[in-house]
Amino acid sequence: MKIATTDTMNDTAPKYAIRTSRLNLWYGAFQALFDVDLNIDNGRITSLIGPSGCGKSTFLRSVNRINERLDYVRIEGAIDVMDKNIYDPDVELMQVRKQVGMVFQRPNPLPISIRDNILFGHSLHNKGKNASRADREEIVESSLKQVLLWDKIKDRLNQKGTELSLEEQQKLCIARLLPVKPSVLLMDEPCSALDPKGTAAVEELIWELRGEYTILIVTHNMAQARRASEACIFMLMGKVVEHQATEDLFVTPEEKETADYIEGRYG
Amino acid sequence: MFAESSLNVRNKRIQNLFRILFLIMTILLIIPVVAILATLIAKGGSIISIDFLFTHPTNGMTAGGIFPALLGTVWIVAVALLASVPLGVAAAIYLNEYAGDNWFTRIIQLAIINLAGVPSIVHALFGVGAFVIFFGFGTSILAAGLTLAIMTLPVVIVSTRESLRAVPQAFREACWNMGATRWQTIRRVVLPNAVSGILTGVILEVSRTAGETAPIMFTGAVFFLPFLPQGVFDQTMALSLHLFVIATQVPGVPENLPFGVALVLIAMVLLMNSISIAFRMYLRGKKKW
Repeated sequence: MKIATTDTMNDTAPKYAIRTSRLNLWYGAFQALFDVDLNIDNGRITSLIGPSGCGKSTFLRSVNRINERLDYVRIEGAIDVMDKNIYDPDVELMQVRKQVGMVFQRPNPLPISIRDNILFGHSLHNKGKNASRADREEIVESSLKQVLLWDKIKDRLNQKGTELSLEEQQKLCIARLLPVKPSVLLMDEPCSALDPKGTAAVEELIWELRGEYTILIVTHNMAQARRASEACIFMLMGKVVEHQATEDLFVTPEEKETADYIEGRYG
Repeated sequence: MFAESSLNVRNKRIQNLFRILFLIMTILLIIPVVAILATLIAKGGSIISIDFLFTHPTNGMTAGGIFPALLGTVWIVAVALLASVPLGVAAAIYLNEYAGDNWFTRIIQLAIINLAGVPSIVHALFGVGAFVIFFGFGTSILAAGLTLAIMTLPVVIVSTRESLRAVPQAFREACWNMGATRWQTIRRVVLPNAVSGILTGVILEVSRTAGETAPIMFTGAVFFLPFLPQGVFDQTMALSLHLFVIATQVPGVPENLPFGVALVLIAMVLLMNSISIAFRMYLRGKKKW
């Protein structure tokens, strides 16, 4: 496997935002992940592709430990996020969730105002340190600016988040993760509920966030992986087949399965 | 090519037949409601007045008003609510938001279903044994209210659970994924969105509680009292029991008196139901997802 290095990161930041070693996962008796060893570059957009049931969503959901809500899930191995194994006993789950934000297939803004949606996570993690009104407005503005939504909705911040268009809702869902300064953003098919125009807009946004956050994006859409990611992982039957820079994976795949999949022979 | 065939005609006739049949059934359904209300208004409407609501009965309960019974019902319902709402809502939150699907919660579910199926007279006897005798509350508003609370607990739990379940799971996931604890999720997202349903259930409980007779007649409600209750350890009159008494136990009651009492009781219940429906519509109009 060859992985292009990123030269934009400074020296103190770890080279890899997510590292897994011999990660195995079972749903009851069914094994969904087999010895997954991945080094995911800090500050880059990495896409996960593969046919349905290949374990890409399962992997994604292990990185913020949301899988463990299901009590029949068993996990072996380690997932290091920013050089710390998040399955270590001294790790606080709420801190993991803060560091590793997640965006879902269907936009799920809360049924509260746009402003409160943005401030929700911030208020959860900043109890006691009462931000002034100006600070809060500043957080709302900068978050919405980062997701390219500010100019469009700055005059209706009291409107409910659930009343926006799906595209705007999904952008809001990304924006509300930013105030707590996560290092990793997980996106589980973030555009699959959107129309082509919305998809293009959200892809553009993801591309804008490149460098600031490590983004791991699961997609069914190979064209999207090609357009909107810098590195790409191909998974099959719970195993990682290939992990390459996106252009290399699509142009000169090393494995035969990868070539078959991206040429549409199955999946 | 698109002309009507004989089969189309037949199918349409059958379709109409069933539509009319179901319409008739629906109309039949509302006849008792209308009939009851009409009878009560026709026969008891003449006695209703402000005086009737706010004066004491006189002449061996054959004349005068119903104030002590009205007030007694309010007392009993209030005690029942204060006991059953916190308990029922807390239990429903636990069952819906915290508990997993295991043998323990299944046993609790079963207990709730069984509790809902217990006849009211059995609740009455339980109330006598538990609250009147064992806890030593005597026949009192407290004992009667607690008996009713136990009786309506399943209703509160079930309606609260329904409202909690109606809050989309996506909202909870959104919160958990931002690092909210279960309690933060419940307090900030689940409860605000379930409160309309919970309150509706509570108001419906009030209307049911107000009309119950059997559970209170052994535990706290009495035929006649010359004074008003001063606290929860006093006995009291109650509308439902008062109606039973003047309709069957007291000779020489003018015909419009029992009908008047029934009208007040049913008006109270309908008023509560209307408030609950209006409230629900108001809150439902405010939420969108």
